Amino acid sequence: MPTKIEKDSVTGHMTTGHEWDGLKELNQPLPKWWVYIMYTTVAVSLVWIVLYPSIPGLTGYYHGMLGYSQRTKVDQDVAAVVKQRSAYMDRIKDLSYADIRKDPQLTAIAQTAGRIAFANNCQPCHGAGGGGNLGYPTLAAGSWLWGGTLDDIQQSVTFGIRSGHPDARQSQMPKFSGEGMLKSAEIEQVADWVMALRGAKIGDPASGQKIYAENCAACHGDKGEGKRDIGAPRLSGQVHLNGDSRDAVVAQIVNPRMGSMPNWNTRLDAATIKSVALYVHGLGGGE
Amino acid sequence: MSDLALAPRYNDAVVKKFVIATVFWAVVAFLVGVILASELAWPSVNLGLSFTNFGRLRPVHTSAAIFAFGGSALFGTSFYIVQRTCRVRLFGGEALANFIFWGYQFFIVMAALSYVMGFSQGQEYAEPEWHLDLWLTVVWVTYGVVFIGTVFKREEPHIYVANWFFMAFILTIAVLHIGNNLAVPVSLFTAKSYNVASGVQNAMIQWWYGHNAVGFFLTAGFLGMMYYFIPKASGRPVYSYRISIVHFWSLVFMYIWAGPHHLHWTALPDWTQTLGMAFSIMLWMPSWGGMINGIMTLSGAWDKLRTDPGLRFSVTAVGFYGMATFEGPVMSIRDVNALSHYTDWGIGHVHSGALGWVAFISFGALYYLVPVLWKREALYSKTLASWHFWTATLGIVFYITSMWVAGIMQGLMWRAYDSFGFLQYSFSESVSAVHPYYVIRMLGGVLFLAGMLIMVYNLIQTVRSPTTDKREAMPAGVALAGE
Repeated sequence: MPTKIEKDSVTGHMTTGHEWDGLKELNQPLPKWWVYIMYTTVAVSLVWIVLYPSIPGLTGYYHGMLGYSQRTKVDQDVAAVVKQRSAYMDRIKDLSYADIRKDPQLTAIAQTAGRIAFANNCQPCHGAGGGGNLGYPTLAAGSWLWGGTLDDIQQSVTFGIRSGHPDARQSQMPKFSGEGMLKSAEIEQVADWVMALRGAKIGDPASGQKIYAENCAACHGDKGEGKRDIGAPRLSGQVHLNGDSRDAVVAQIVNPRMGSMPNWNTRLDAATIKSVALYVHGLGGGE
Repeated sequence: MSDLALAPRYNDAVVKKFVIATVFWAVVAFLVGVILASELAWPSVNLGLSFTNFGRLRPVHTSAAIFAFGGSALFGTSFYIVQRTCRVRLFGGEALANFIFWGYQFFIVMAALSYVMGFSQGQEYAEPEWHLDLWLTVVWVTYGVVFIGTVFKREEPHIYVANWFFMAFILTIAVLHIGNNLAVPVSLFTAKSYNVASGVQNAMIQWWYGHNAVGFFLTAGFLGMMYYFIPKASGRPVYSYRISIVHFWSLVFMYIWAGPHHLHWTALPDWTQTLGMAFSIMLWMPSWGGMINGIMTLSGAWDKLRTDPGLRFSVTAVGFYGMATFEGPVMSIRDVNALSHYTDWGIGHVHSGALGWVAFISFGALYYLVPVLWKREALYSKTLASWHFWTATLGIVFYITSMWVAGIMQGLMWRAYDSFGFLQYSFSESVSAVHPYYVIRMLGGVLFLAGMLIMVYNLIQTVRSPTTDKREAMPAGVALAGE
């Protein structure tokens, strides 16, 4: 379209004279406030660039007048909070559990520290309040796999279970469906006996009892009471790690699940682990 | 030039196809969004299936919203606008235009299928694997050739501002897409590939890409849309040509540097973070230039907001655009980011842009385009369009306010220490705390989707209404004789 500058009748402003498909433009100046705010943001940015690390070079970068470093800042922040905690965490680390418990204030602090460390690290598997989940032991019911004293718990948390750490708790259940082990009919029978140990009378427990005695009792005990020094679960109780059903029992015999827990000593310090032990011990199952 | 000319002057067939695709993908994107919002509020909604778990559906939602819905809207409107503002038919003929349409739709469908099958590069908004990236490159370069070719053969002396923005969008997206997807496939016969960059370099390239996908796809492209449909629907001249020039060049210059603000408080070097923050702050006014031009264009025509629901969408979109482009620079400040990063505040921010700006400006364009393209007297129902407007607006308000509250609450809970120096809240406590807000967010999504369905009905009824085209309305043969 030919250039024709006109006056817009509504606003009285001039157009630029361009036109496309009936669209025109006014030749309005830039709003002052807009320009001034833009200058201000540029000025603020320049101040930041001078104060903070900003300009890269070939061998390094300009560190800024404040000498700011995020790495230094986070180290300082962490050091400050560690220092704040050290007043009591050092005592928790050094004192025995019995001595900690003689000091109500220290016990309360350990519970606080243990609660939050548990919630952020243990709860995803063991559930809120240590309620447990399928395949992840409950910590609140007294049905301990590896023992429920404060020292037992501390040992489990520190070195883990099948964690790969040399001091980790170790044990293995054989795969009873394997070559030369049990036939599937025998597995069914022994499952009936395991259910009988729990008080359920189904199937052919009498044949199962004999197979149980020969294959399972060495670890799980004659009456299914379990054996803590090798982490063999109690079978006779009402708390079952891998499920309550007979199918779950069969599945475990055929292809055993053996959970693992990390060695938390790489992530939590000794005083925090003791606090966690105190907290877990107090969830209802402590011995 | 008469509308009754035998050979249509412009290629509107491809525009119509893209309009239909835009509406279809909008429904898909919003529906998957509602499903995902429900999964976040009640995780068992994923039915325990791998295909419907959050990790796989999430890229379906983002790609459907940004690339399928937003992309189709941009292709369609840019082809409509460039032909009219250059007064020439699309460069490259029917064949190239149709190749772009079908090639792009094919890319979208394949990408979505690959996500639910579990394929992903693991880079946000760039999830498709290398073979799909190569295909998209071919389609996109063809798009660039057709668009820029059309601008080259224009019969207008000047290039209209909308076309500046479309060209910046097409060019920059090509560079970003190729730069961020430089990957080495494991073999020619596997879908898996590894990016040439790793670690923090990969992260920086990813967010150079990610932030400029926002800047050039979701901002520059849709500003192009705004620069046509707001002056067109309001019948008013663009407020200021000078603002157009200054905000265009400052926007494209500033945006490209702002990506590092996505990586505050990470392994990204301090100096890179500072520069990203500085350019984000300087981006505030260049972004607002578009808002000023959009809103001030209405001076003298504000009454049309009462009578034209499409224009009401467009202008509200510009308002949300202004809000989101203020919020963005604020969140890019390192110390604000320390609170907001990784929280739902970010999700709220991106949705005030995606729902408020991108979707609303597209709705405005669709309400304008459908009667024009299908040659209908008017929209089937202005009342239904108003219902759409208020339902969708309420949905956005639910969405962004709930995410502000949830996000700030998360940020505060994560950093709270008790008097002994221990964290006050566990992460899982912060998850429980935001549950009510996740439910509100889901309701916001339902409202937005409901509004969209009202629009679908309204547009279908518009197309089914009698045509105003005399040739189509007359019996065959009469039209030729009449002319």
